[in-house]
Amino acid sequence: WPYCRKRCSYCNFNTYVVPAVDEAAVRACLVREAQTLLRLSQVHSVTSVFFGGGTPSLASPSTVAAVLEAVTGAAHLPAGAEVTLEANPSSTSASTLAGFRAAGVNRLSIGVQSLDDAELRMLGREHTAAEARKAVEAARGLFPSRTSIDLLFGLPGQSRDAWAQRLEATLGLCDDHISLYQLTLERGTALAAQVRGGALPAPPQDLLADMYQTARNVLVATGFRHYEVSNFARKGALSTHNLSYWRGAHGRFMLRGEGGCSREARVQTLEPVTWMREVQSQGHGTRSRVVLSLLEQLEELLTLGLRTDEGITHERWGHFSPQLSLQAVFGEPGEAQALQQEGWLVLDGGGLRCTWAGLAVLDSLLPDLLWQLQR
Amino acid sequence: ISAKQGTNVEKVLQKVIEKIPPPQCNTADPLKALVFDSTFDHYRGVIANIALFGGEVAKGQKIVSAHTKKRYEVNEVGILTPNEQPTHKLYAGQVGYLIAGMKEVTEAQIGDTLFLYKQPVEPLPGFKSAKPMVFAGMYPIDQTEYNNLKSALERLTLNDSSVTVHRDSSLALGAGWRLGFLGLLHMEVFNQRLEQEYNMSVILTAPTVPYKAVLSSAKLIKEYGKDQITIINPAQFPDKLSVSEYLEPTVLGTIVTPHEYIGKIITLCQDRRAVQKDMLYIDENRVMLKYLFPLNEIVVDFYDALKSLSSGYASFDYEDAGYQSADLVKMDILLNGNPVEELATIIHNDKAYVAGKHLCERLKETIPRQLFEIAIQAAIGKKIIARETLKPYRKNVVAKCYGGDITRRMKLLRRQAEGKRLMRKIGNVEVPRDAFIRVLKRETDK
Repeated sequence: WPYCRKRCSYCNFNTYVVPAVDEAAVRACLVREAQTLLRLSQVHSVTSVFFGGGTPSLASPSTVAAVLEAVTGAAHLPAGAEVTLEANPSSTSASTLAGFRAAGVNRLSIGVQSLDDAELRMLGREHTAAEARKAVEAARGLFPSRTSIDLLFGLPGQSRDAWAQRLEATLGLCDDHISLYQLTLERGTALAAQVRGGALPAPPQDLLADMYQTARNVLVATGFRHYEVSNFARKGALSTHNLSYWRGAHGRFMLRGEGGCSREARVQTLEPVTWMREVQSQGHGTRSRVVLSLLEQLEELLTLGLRTDEGITHERWGHFSPQLSLQAVFGEPGEAQALQQEGWLVLDGGGLRCTWAGLAVLDSLLPDLLWQLQR
Repeated sequence: ISAKQGTNVEKVLQKVIEKIPPPQCNTADPLKALVFDSTFDHYRGVIANIALFGGEVAKGQKIVSAHTKKRYEVNEVGILTPNEQPTHKLYAGQVGYLIAGMKEVTEAQIGDTLFLYKQPVEPLPGFKSAKPMVFAGMYPIDQTEYNNLKSALERLTLNDSSVTVHRDSSLALGAGWRLGFLGLLHMEVFNQRLEQEYNMSVILTAPTVPYKAVLSSAKLIKEYGKDQITIINPAQFPDKLSVSEYLEPTVLGTIVTPHEYIGKIITLCQDRRAVQKDMLYIDENRVMLKYLFPLNEIVVDFYDALKSLSSGYASFDYEDAGYQSADLVKMDILLNGNPVEELATIIHNDKAYVAGKHLCERLKETIPRQLFEIAIQAAIGKKIIARETLKPYRKNVVAKCYGGDITRRMKLLRRQAEGKRLMRKIGNVEVPRDAFIRVLKRETDK
């Protein structure tokens, strides 16, 4: 749902603030595109659905219901399949949430970002900390153990103590899943301009590293499993949808008629008006399709898989590359072995994964590993 | 008077005509022409700008160059208005151009005298060639471009004979040249012309000067065949123990300046390790200072610093003054203890600390952070004289990586993986190929 009521100061997503949304038209296009793409890919069974944006909670439950109906019409959607909706605390009353649940949503991801009003103002968020609390409580009532909170750290001017307090407050409130993101100052955003202009201080690298480590330690001590770079879950409440991206089993379009391992990278048209026109005329708004070679698929598997605590299992790797095993690529003397010796990586019976320390510096490890894979 | 706005320019020209005496010469005398400039035209050959001090010259006549002793037949003469306008003849007292079938610009030496075949004359006192004031090392970005750069330089200097060219080489950058320019602006214009007209991008560095060492070790004397050697390359720098004396080239510089700038200029010279040899007042306002400078202190930016200090009023000239004894050392750069050959420099002991610190700072900015700490040090022998520390990454992982981000991320990572291929490893430190180049480059914002 590519619309928001207001753009946050740090946001560089593909989202639009418009005075009025023709919901019926957007709904129709979403339905049409879903049907077209499902048919083209010949998917039999859908494992998970994710409504992102923008602010999906601004759409009405009937739109969500319509899309889900289209999915069940074109493919099989098992009863327990994860259906997530992203929500903003300022557009989630208990009744709206109930409406979404009735439409078929069974998991909610709330963009809390911070539990401090001053920080929320700096981020340009529409809600207060109190409103966020209420929203989370309402969500937990309707989606017990299926509510996730998004949190940001490393805000300009945020001290270690302030972050520690934020964490504590969050732990008192949260359900069983937290997505924790380091604030990235993206070019073109209002917040980045403020930092660049000197109005706000740029957070020092060491502080950011410390905040991340503190968060990891605290969350794990409270029973969470740090299962991906930015995602924590306890009692098994992992996000199925996102996991499928990092496991490479999904997230890439599969070509009709091809065997198991053919993948395409598809990019949909960004701008809503243009997108709608394309959907209306040809059934979907795909801007570009690039077929991924085996090497590219393996590169993606490596890059995304290492973001999880499980890493890449031998089995999963073998599914993509039956001839060349993980051991053959990374077991020989080379970059991977050097990284293992320095304690960043592990290659054993369980597969290839980062160590606790390695996960924090993954982007420094990846170029070496990609290079080894390419050879 | 303003040349920019054109005010009173006519009046100036009139005054010049009135006040400056006409040339003293006679058309009845044998031909005596001074070459004061020359350019190369692709189709017509060398065009020599001449001033006639005696006699006359016309198309078809045979002339000789006093310098090269070569004989030519005149194809065309004319005057410059300022465009070329061919005439039948040029007479004593006139200034114009001459084309005589010369193929190379070197055949029309500036300062040369031309006379008629069979009528040799006393050659005119020539010009002192303009002394280069600013020097730079010029290297192609990649050694494969060497030949292209060589021919580009040859062609550019055809039309700009005030640029001096010497071959040079550096460990880090390969084979290149040491060029001399009349000033920083001259250098910048030259560089720009290279880029625009010949599509050549080059690396400009601070130039090297030829140091000497008087050997005391019998072994080395035998090896080199003599007891005094010239050190071009820091790798050749002989150890203090084997040397009785190090020598550096010097120049005797003459500065003429209005007296209000004396203080600042003296400070500048002292800063450059110069020794005052003379100071006298030329008239009530201007002073002439003579200083003995080590050559390496003036090759980069002395001239421009002098001009800046004196609002352009000070003048500078210099001449070779032989070698003097100097406390030279070889400064090494170490990365985590491992020396980087390409960055070693020969420098005077007094200046080593400042230069070392500066180099370390620049390196800190150009070497990418890695997973461990990197100690960047400048050392003389075993003694460390400067250090900068590059801290390791403690967190380096992108926060979000879902759906649409993936393609972009992969592109970036693939590029980084490519980059790894081009990295050099010094010990365990990975250094991009261009890091040294960036550190050795001249700083443009001095």
